[in-house]
Amino acid sequence: MSVDRRKNLYNVMALVRGFMTTFHFMFVKKPTIQYPSIKKQHAPRFHGLHELRRYADGKERCIGCELCAISCPANAITVIGAENTPADRYSPGERFAARYEIDELRCIFCGLCEEACPTDAIVLTPRFEMADYRRGAFVYAKDRLLVPPEAGVGSAPDERPNGIPSDLGSVSHVKSTVDIATGYEATNRGTILKEQRRGLAG
Amino acid sequence: MNAAIAAVPLWVIVLIKSAILLLIVVTTFAYSMLAERKIMAWMQLRPGPNRVGPWGMMQPAADALKMMFKEDLTPNTADPLIYKLAPFISLITAMGTYAIIPFTGDSGGAYSVGDVNAGILFIFSLTSIGVYGISLAGWASGSKFPLLGSVRSTAQMISYELSMSMSVIGVLILTGSTSLAAIVNSQARVWFIVPQIVGFLIYLITAVAETNRAPFDLVEAETELVGGFHTEYSGLRFGLFFIAEYLNMITVSCLATLLFLGGWNPLFGPAGNPWIGLVWFLIKAGAFLFFYIWLRSTLPRLRYDRLMDFGWKVLLPVATLNLVVTAVIIAVRG
Repeated sequence: MSVDRRKNLYNVMALVRGFMTTFHFMFVKKPTIQYPSIKKQHAPRFHGLHELRRYADGKERCIGCELCAISCPANAITVIGAENTPADRYSPGERFAARYEIDELRCIFCGLCEEACPTDAIVLTPRFEMADYRRGAFVYAKDRLLVPPEAGVGSAPDERPNGIPSDLGSVSHVKSTVDIATGYEATNRGTILKEQRRGLAG
Repeated sequence: MNAAIAAVPLWVIVLIKSAILLLIVVTTFAYSMLAERKIMAWMQLRPGPNRVGPWGMMQPAADALKMMFKEDLTPNTADPLIYKLAPFISLITAMGTYAIIPFTGDSGGAYSVGDVNAGILFIFSLTSIGVYGISLAGWASGSKFPLLGSVRSTAQMISYELSMSMSVIGVLILTGSTSLAAIVNSQARVWFIVPQIVGFLIYLITAVAETNRAPFDLVEAETELVGGFHTEYSGLRFGLFFIAEYLNMITVSCLATLLFLGGWNPLFGPAGNPWIGLVWFLIKAGAFLFFYIWLRSTLPRLRYDRLMDFGWKVLLPVATLNLVVTAVIIAVRG
């Protein structure tokens, strides 16, 4: 009867090797990222929470065309458009989004809304910490999606210094109006942004 | 001063000593638990608990608080009296052993709460009663997994306690006494790990089985028996079992130190100072504790029949042989 030496209960050398392995691992550097205090750097094109952009003059980019809602595979977006009036003008075009709601619990963060948007109004930011205690809180309306006028215009593909790159696949764009100083420095977007710009210029 | 101390009744002194010791022992339990979690985490490439206080130092307090506020459940099918009593049997026997463990000593004698001249017998009888805690807990839970756990526990304890006692008797033959202080003092020149290396190894293995720790934790094998004998226990009562398990672990570490590693005898440097002796004792017992944690994170759990095979067919014959050889050598040398 042949016995596999490695599987033998009384193979002392195997025991010793096992003990040395665990002892060695005590001193190996741990790969854990101490999450709340240290945040991992996301991929530059990370799909996170949406935001609605504005033009430099403060007008909303969204024209209420509902293309995002149509393109959404999860039916997470609800848009109800309305006519701009000369006295009450929200966007440069004829129409604007009177209501714009995204159910972030339905959203699969695919970014199709962003691609469908003709005015680059809806974009996905790298923000991802959306936890809440109430389900209702995950329906984000304009009050939370629309960036405040003072936040600026952000960087959208058509506003890049060198125009739209022909090879979109190789260039990742960083898209958020949230300033680095306002608390998202941990995602290290500043560094990415700088690198992106360098890549685009060259 | 001495006269003043002599005037204090003995029971008051013992009470004060016990209170201080209890405090130290419970604190040691708390931090040995933290040490186990930390060391196991490091060996598994994790940082371990580090959120409560610096380096997670307040984790035991947080755990205790959590335990206290959990609901204390009693299953409908349980035998209420025994079910509620069992954790206390485990805990009291686990704590009782500390009454006679000498943590340090000098030529004058040992420093312990009570110096019992049959110390080793006292400890073994107490730990044997501790088995009742586990078996009764499993039986009184009125549930199948705890019952299986306690059946395993009883069988395992009986099998391994035989070999353990055998391995310890070798030391007793060499010393000619069952007093722990006498055993330590007779190791002043050479520690018993040298003449009793076989006994030491057997003790090392059986101690793990006695304390129901991995790789011999068949009693509470999570993967097979949910939680083993403490499946139905929750809250503070579960906590008591938990404390008892760790106290037993510390006990066997202390006992290994006393029996085989020369207790408070120093490896090098000056002897005779009780404080230095205490440091040596703690270092040795700490090394044992570390070994048990190391063992737990290294070896997988044994299959139950393998465990029994190993206990009866390997450990017991070797322990008996060791005992016979020791006895013969002592008899021949006079």
